[in-house]
Amino acid sequence: MTTTQDTHSLAFMTGDEFHIPTFRLLQQDGTLFEGAEAPDLDQQKALRIYRAMLFTRVLDERMLAAQRQGRLSFYMQCTGEEAAVIGAAAALDDADMIMAQYREQGALAYRGFTYDEFMNQLFGNELDYGKGRQMPIHYGSRKLHYMTISSPLATQIPQAAGYAYGQKLAGEGHCTITFFGEGAASEGDFHAALNMASVHKAPVIFFCRNNGYAISTPASEQFAADGIAPRAFGYRMHVIRVDGNDVLAVYQATQQARVIAVEQNQPVLIEAMTYRLAAHSSSDDPSGYRSRKEEEAWREKDPILRMQRWLIDLGWWSEDEEKALQESLRREVLETLKRAEKRPPPPLDSLVSDVYADVTPALQRQLDRLKSHIRRHPEAYPKGARSLDPDVSATADADKPNGEQGGA
Amino acid sequence: MPKMNMLQAINNALDIAMAEDEKVLCFGEDVGVFGGVFRATSHLQEKYGRARCFNTPLVEQGIIGFANGLAAQGSVPVAEIQFADYIFPAFDQIVNETAKFRFRSGDLFNVGGLTIRTPYGGGISGGLYHSQSPEAYFAHTPGLKIVVPRNPYQAKGLLLSAIRDPDPVIFFEPKRLYRASTGEVPEDDYQLPIGEAEVTKEGSDITVLGWGAQMELIEKAVEMAEKVGISCEVIDLRSILPWDEDSVVESVLKTGRLLISHEAPRTGGFAGEIAATIQERCFLYLESPIERVTGLDTPFPLTLEKEYMPDHLKIYEAIRACVEF
Repeated sequence: MTTTQDTHSLAFMTGDEFHIPTFRLLQQDGTLFEGAEAPDLDQQKALRIYRAMLFTRVLDERMLAAQRQGRLSFYMQCTGEEAAVIGAAAALDDADMIMAQYREQGALAYRGFTYDEFMNQLFGNELDYGKGRQMPIHYGSRKLHYMTISSPLATQIPQAAGYAYGQKLAGEGHCTITFFGEGAASEGDFHAALNMASVHKAPVIFFCRNNGYAISTPASEQFAADGIAPRAFGYRMHVIRVDGNDVLAVYQATQQARVIAVEQNQPVLIEAMTYRLAAHSSSDDPSGYRSRKEEEAWREKDPILRMQRWLIDLGWWSEDEEKALQESLRREVLETLKRAEKRPPPPLDSLVSDVYADVTPALQRQLDRLKSHIRRHPEAYPKGARSLDPDVSATADADKPNGEQGGA
Repeated sequence: MPKMNMLQAINNALDIAMAEDEKVLCFGEDVGVFGGVFRATSHLQEKYGRARCFNTPLVEQGIIGFANGLAAQGSVPVAEIQFADYIFPAFDQIVNETAKFRFRSGDLFNVGGLTIRTPYGGGISGGLYHSQSPEAYFAHTPGLKIVVPRNPYQAKGLLLSAIRDPDPVIFFEPKRLYRASTGEVPEDDYQLPIGEAEVTKEGSDITVLGWGAQMELIEKAVEMAEKVGISCEVIDLRSILPWDEDSVVESVLKTGRLLISHEAPRTGGFAGEIAATIQERCFLYLESPIERVTGLDTPFPLTLEKEYMPDHLKIYEAIRACVEF
């Protein structure tokens, strides 16, 4: 069904009739644009946001270095996109659901995930909530309402619509935000998600980090339209485009989006214009597909520096505090890294648990067979053999803090 | 003869196919300027232009749907799915469209020109989503051909055959061996047959069968077995679909024993199909149950990957168990 009027003169439309502006409040020098008003953000909350941004930057720098040293198999940085991710997370209720893609560790940091918790996942040790089953950066936290990351792209987007619809039925006033890149928005799942959310009025915020690249593929080869934002029109959905390196604009836009989602049960699409300053991952080398000059131009627009200048201007932050925080974060990240990499892996039984709610008899037989094989060749499987040898496990378990697994 | 690794051999095959036939197109996520995340399509855009080698938007169902259309039109698309783990959004296009195009139209239309290249398999710390071996899902789909090379020489010859084959082919590339496996590869054009297994070593006590990356582990296990006096016949199946029943039957009639190894989970894995056929055709000649050495019936692990893998030690033990049955 459509609601259009008739016309008797032939005319095609291209969509170029629509111009979607970019919402911006904060300039790179830390002052507001003329006529712009800062959102309602008190010092405490502003500093919580800023600390999470710095926490994330320090984590990313250190862990990429650890990967380069061969201590970690893989890593992905959020660098350059901290304002987009953390500004959005801060605009939500802490009990709203976050369904992220994989570059949103900042949102988890904002919610209070500790360096220890990050490290345990990164090293897949016995304290990892995900039991050492996924590659580094696939975090998840039930207590922090952060759905465990899945590598396949865009699968979380329709799931977010469904999760949000359930939240609406539950009637507790919560919503879901889902993050994804402009590349993932090409997947069929993205389009399915927007349509279903709009038809079924799900309180979900679709947050696109348009960071310019899907691995090597520039946005110009990803879509022919003016970004991702115009797609909302096709689904009759609220939409806003925002400067993703402007934490105040992201915060305010997401805050308003949440009002639309929760109070009107309407989905919202936010397109945050930003730049992936880092490589796609530790396995990627951007020098093969983009210029240093382009990267440098975006480094000038560093979102952390922008917020820092704003905070200092307000007198909410100082260079001394900056230095002290950076030093303490760097110290902490190193200490936790050393702790986590020494911890043993999850026990062999974790190979077959959680495939189903209960281990099936067939799987149990496979595990038993594997155990007897490992007992015959313990030197070939040091990680697996560890949990078969009671003496080794007893020593390793002695320094394992009680109940840490329970806090997932 | 020049030495190449598997990526170079694949790149060389694509280069030859594109040079020979301007209808051949290579596309997929990041395959353009960058040459693919593994660099299998390096320099092809430079050589043959953006119209014939290009990046696609990030949408696997779109890549294969687009490729189906191109193939139906008469082009020869070689579509890359960046990891076999990410082929599933295209499952509908492959299973319901690619595989049935010729049959449903009474051969009015076909997508025989299509080749889907995709890296598969574990052993690279890739966890759940960069390690899977999904060949058996597709083996359940009449109309598809499925090919898995074990080394650079095989990769080049089989890929050239796949591109020129009159039927659509899924070409699973063992990514663990992309750079690890090197060998002599002729610079010239050559093809290796699809649907034919290769006996890579003759023996008399047991037939040991696999494909792709698993062949390396089988060879290692067989070396150990030979040292304790077990004579092994080794077969690389090469094509999962259609698979070369006759060669396997012939070998098992001689050895009386069969071991099949694959990395994919045991239940529903292609070894089950082979075992069923061989017991039908060789029942009275079998001296021990047909043995399978496979992955566990779990998603692919990460930290405990080494324990999960059907490695040479597990294959060796299984060879002994068969012979001592």
